[in-house]
Amino acid sequence: MKPTGAERIRAAFARARAEGRAAFMPYQMLGHPTPEQSLRIVRSLALAGADLFELGVPFSDPLADGPVIQAAAQRALDNGMTVARCLEMVAELRAELPDPPFCLMGYVNPLLAYGLERFVADAVAAGADGLIVPDLPPDEPEADELIALCRRHGLAPVFLLAPTSTPGRIALALARSQGFVYLVSVTGITGARDALPADLAEFVARVRAEALRQSPADPLPLAVGFGISTPAQAAQVAALADGVIVGSALVKLAAAAEADPAAAVASLARSLAESAHRPSSACQAGASGEPAG
Amino acid sequence: MTPPYDFAAYRWPDERGRFGPYGGRFVPETLMPALEELESAYLTAVNDPTFQAELGRLQRTYVGRPTPLTHARRLSQHLGGAQIYLKREDLAHSGAHKINNALGQALLVRRMGKGRIVAETGAGQHGVATATAAALLGLECVVYMGTVDMARQAPNVFRMRLLGAEVRGVDSGSRTLKDAINEAIRDWVTNVRTTHYLLGSALGPHPYPTIVRDFQSVIGREARAQMLDRDAGGPGRLPDAVVACVGGGSNAIGIFYPFLADAGVRLIGVEAGGRGIASGEHAARFADPVVSRLGVLQGTKSYVMQNSDGQIALTHSVSAGLDYASVGPEHAWLRDLGRTEYTYATDDEALEAFGLLCRLEGIIPALESAHAVAEVVKLAPRLGRDAAILVNLSGRGDKDLDTVMRELGKG
Repeated sequence: MKPTGAERIRAAFARARAEGRAAFMPYQMLGHPTPEQSLRIVRSLALAGADLFELGVPFSDPLADGPVIQAAAQRALDNGMTVARCLEMVAELRAELPDPPFCLMGYVNPLLAYGLERFVADAVAAGADGLIVPDLPPDEPEADELIALCRRHGLAPVFLLAPTSTPGRIALALARSQGFVYLVSVTGITGARDALPADLAEFVARVRAEALRQSPADPLPLAVGFGISTPAQAAQVAALADGVIVGSALVKLAAAAEADPAAAVASLARSLAESAHRPSSACQAGASGEPAG
Repeated sequence: MTPPYDFAAYRWPDERGRFGPYGGRFVPETLMPALEELESAYLTAVNDPTFQAELGRLQRTYVGRPTPLTHARRLSQHLGGAQIYLKREDLAHSGAHKINNALGQALLVRRMGKGRIVAETGAGQHGVATATAAALLGLECVVYMGTVDMARQAPNVFRMRLLGAEVRGVDSGSRTLKDAINEAIRDWVTNVRTTHYLLGSALGPHPYPTIVRDFQSVIGREARAQMLDRDAGGPGRLPDAVVACVGGGSNAIGIFYPFLADAGVRLIGVEAGGRGIASGEHAARFADPVVSRLGVLQGTKSYVMQNSDGQIALTHSVSAGLDYASVGPEHAWLRDLGRTEYTYATDDEALEAFGLLCRLEGIIPALESAHAVAEVVKLAPRLGRDAAILVNLSGRGDKDLDTVMRELGKG
């Protein structure tokens, strides 16, 4: 039987863990800077060492995103991108890249307009493995509906946690996520920061403790995103978490590249992948999780 | 068929912040704890006599409440039908109903121990009201405003700055209210531990639609009592219809809410018809089923003007305060329940009503409020002379003089 999206995502994290490293998950906005170039960027990120991908579905009003991803979304929409076109591109990428899990990241309104059930079914058919909806908290009735659809079709619902999340909300997001849970490193929107927040290790440890409590033998992997832009930051995060997500820094390079965006992102992506794969310091107690099984 | 809904027992939203299928909390996780904290602080405050006494004192001694009810005799005579009564929110301090909510929330902020507020503004009235309340209570205030709106509402930008607020121009998207809200939310996400988002309309994630409704309901409570009281200028009975303009819908929900259980009173919301529904250039969310469908915008589920792919549509209205792609979730629910009805007035109709009120009553209304007056111009002649219409004159029009001069200059 074909593995589910959650199983494929878990396998990717398990592979990284078995090799003593964190998984590197770059973000790319589908259709940016052009549809064709965004495909080339994903190929180039795969060559650079991406273990999983976060693929953005553009929205006109992305309120969790900073200026770089906002501008990228607008450019993608100006290029004629639609939800349907995004899913076609996922299918094209899947044909070329059979292995790495693809997590779609899109705001809730375009998904509702497309139809939640139709979206989940078409996303799985196209080869997507996970779904992140930054403006759909796990406690809304629409999240219940989405989770049920995801389970039926084999797509992993991934919810987000923030440094402000209360213990109750941490437990809820972990219980309702599959594949991994997405930790927003900063109290803020997407975009590069000079330094990682001082309380990141403590935040990751809090979530880790709850993940272990919920599933001592096989805790949900934790991936950290928002604000990570440099290889040094990627290495720091890799020492704490199971996955390192980098978005705006790569999107910014792609946006600024005049001739060859795929080449422009490749060099940073390679350094980020290497850093994610070589955590900067010894893993902190409790931060890397118990070995699975 | 379900039996008629008993509005005396109307208790929405539910515990999840839903008005039927509408409302809810569609925000980044970072904000969820802040919304839970706000809800809890609000519930404690409204049940605290000290808070209510302080709010009441400031409403009387600072805002100038109760605002009067004016019988618009010459307008009524001119239209030759129903008697028209104006609830004069234009006479509230800072020039519009927006101060009711801004002051209420600012008091709440002080109680919550946060020292900084951010707000969005379209026409500038909510920004001015927020800057006013912030100055009164000693809070740091940042107002986000689309650069298109800054250009068309320049006097209000200057007012906010005079009041000590920082006005930050927003250059993304359509550079109007929707984009200002996005930026205010982004600021709030980033500074949530120290900052309160002082949302100005009956929109956004739960509990905002409820908080704004409750703070604005003072309009309807006063107006209802004044209508019943001849000494307060009323006809000594309830109106046959209450009319208010609807952008996000705060002035409308504020005047409608205390009338919900009065079955004989029609509640009519007036959206911005812009250049006409067929033109596609409007903000009439309830009038255009092709463009406006159930969706999620900026934290709440309601009717949203959008393209077939779920991207938010650009809206148009001569009035910046009505120029918004979605509408408060409680309006959508009351409409489903059959309690409220919605129509629209075009830019031209609003401008005509604006002129009429100036000439016949000596009142320069906000262009937003002129949309409500435009509906009265249509409705009053159809009702008898013994009928009564209550109109929420939500704001004064000084801020719109440039726009009106420009629009009249076109013809």
